Amino acid sequence: MDCRMYETMVSIRSFEMMLQELSRKGVLRGSIHFCIGQEAVAAGVCAALTAGDCITSNHRGHGHAIAKGARMDFMMAELLGKATGYCKGKGGSMHIADLDLGNLGANGIVGGGIPIATGAALGFLQLGLPHVAVALFGDGAANQGSFHESLNLAALWKLPVVFICENNQFGMTTRLAEASAQPDLCKRAVAYNIPGVKADGMDAREVRRVTAEAVERARAGKGPALVVLETYRFEGHYIGDPVVYRTKEETADWKARDPIPRQREYLLKTGLATETELDRIHADVAGRLEEAVLFARNSPDPDPSELVSDVYSE
Amino acid sequence: MRDLTLSQAINEALAEELERDPRVFLIGEDIGLHGGAFGVTKGLFSRFGPDRVRNTPISEAAIAGAAVGSALVGARPVAELMYIDFITIAMDQIVNQGAKVKYMFGGKARVPMVLRAPFGAGRANAAQHSQSLEAWLCHVPGLKVVMPSTPADAKGLLKSAIRDDNLVVFLENKHLYFQKGPVPEGEYAVPLGVADIKRPGRDVTVVATARQVHAAISAAEALAKEGIEVEVLDPRTLWPLDTETIIASVKKTGRLVTVHEAVKRFGFGAEVAAIIAESEAFDYLDAPIRRVAGAEVPVPFSKSLEDLFLPDEHKIIDACKAVLA
Ligand SMILES: Cc1ncc(C[n+]2csc(CCOP(=O)(O)OP(=O)(O)O)c2C)c(N)n1
Repeated sequence: MDCRMYETMVSIRSFEMMLQELSRKGVLRGSIHFCIGQEAVAAGVCAALTAGDCITSNHRGHGHAIAKGARMDFMMAELLGKATGYCKGKGGSMHIADLDLGNLGANGIVGGGIPIATGAALGFLQLGLPHVAVALFGDGAANQGSFHESLNLAALWKLPVVFICENNQFGMTTRLAEASAQPDLCKRAVAYNIPGVKADGMDAREVRRVTAEAVERARAGKGPALVVLETYRFEGHYIGDPVVYRTKEETADWKARDPIPRQREYLLKTGLATETELDRIHADVAGRLEEAVLFARNSPDPDPSELVSDVYSE
Repeated sequence: MRDLTLSQAINEALAEELERDPRVFLIGEDIGLHGGAFGVTKGLFSRFGPDRVRNTPISEAAIAGAAVGSALVGARPVAELMYIDFITIAMDQIVNQGAKVKYMFGGKARVPMVLRAPFGAGRANAAQHSQSLEAWLCHVPGLKVVMPSTPADAKGLLKSAIRDDNLVVFLENKHLYFQKGPVPEGEYAVPLGVADIKRPGRDVTVVATARQVHAAISAAEALAKEGIEVEVLDPRTLWPLDTETIIASVKKTGRLVTVHEAVKRFGFGAEVAAIIAESEAFDYLDAPIRRVAGAEVPVPFSKSLEDLFLPDEHKIIDACKAVLA
């Protein structure tokens, strides 16, 4: 499990660094939001879920998708707008979804996924399924009405949903304290009479632990919880962001808490893995990534007939 | 006259209105130091301070409501949505509240506010960041809807919109932000409800909006080489709509093509066609009307599909030739 989380984090980091390279080469189009620095959240949260559990993701969703089991080749093809992509090239970075894996989709609308996770939990309840839904969203999204309405409804009906706020300290260029009257976000849980916990989002094991607790509570019919994970995005909000809203020192401090070396150290120290084994993980990921890029680049564009297909169900 | 981009022209109009009227203030997401997602408000935060340029949380319903409420008590807010797509979240405050209070209260209230938002496809932003939703807004009595195609119009129309005592939705095509054109310095207002003939012609009337005005002009230039003279008519405000100018043009040419990026069905083009069908210009029509518009699908991400989605010069040329055939 601990090695798995390491591999997940390495996959996410490598995938996004490859995207940066492709962007520099001018191959990538559209809005791309990197989660570099936040990998422990995706890896830890999804490690606490079992098959059948669902997530809803947001605009910064590559990590969530990979952690929920998405294939890098289909993701890469989607990002290049190819017919072989997860969404046949129709969605792009902000709309990657794989319903079979329980990923109900990235989302271009800030706060848009929170009610959907709440609804998925309601669906599980209606259908008598033992699953839990997890909403992944940012600190910025916590200021949308959709957040408040969902927490209230889920608490009222004791829905099996866990609200995971990925607090990377900023909503685009706006610092949390400039956008939220109560910057200690887990206190918002008090208003809805549900547990609110805060944890270190730079530590995959800690993330898995707090998530698992909330997930099992929800699965047991005790209702939702709000989990706030403190993290940081190492890159700008978008490609080309001049990043005028924070200091280099602050970023450097957070980079010193990089979740990947941290997990590596833990694995080595505890003897859960050797240097050779960890190096092999890196090599495996690099190999799969290279294949993913080749696959994507060699894939065809969507057929023109795809323009009008998929609007309605038959 | 100096050249400005459309984005700079809007910035200048905002600065001049903030300067002129202390009741005017800006409100929106990341419009402060950052200057907004498209840089339209750059420099205004430093110049006018955080009380006149209010950076908000990500809360579109509250942004729209704060604008409506402050306008009700006499302020003149200019709210910015980062993308028109997010108006869905603000819609109650715009449609059920701001647009209707004057009428519901027997004329006693006024809502002197502007809601600015970028719209349009062609930037690989996919289905939730690329829509053209003007028809929704035009359908609501109580709203005015503006859609400039040039930097000068943007400046002049925005100044009129800010001075208007109604809720004016001001829609800015993302591609046009970076296009330059001559813009008058200082006081310059373009009245709402007055169309502009961007290129006169006698053979076909093309009523186009925003970025498609430029595509229509390119099409007109190409067709001119074949001896076809296209009249490109830019309504500039979709509501109030300058029906007189449109009717006069169609009476002259006898042929009408409409162009917009929004999906065709129930769109602005349909309204223009219906206005012609109901007017005395109907008898002057020599061919059925053609509408060129966005495909009837959510906007796709892949470039190959997005190009098919959008109207362009070639589709306009084809439509003009079809009505002339
Ligand atoms: C409804 C809506 N409003 C605004 C935006 C523009 N936008 C995209 S990401 C973002 C910041 C979101 O902040 P947060 O939820 O904290 O997530 P983070 O980007 O920090 O991961 C904003 C304002 C949007 N996509 N949707």
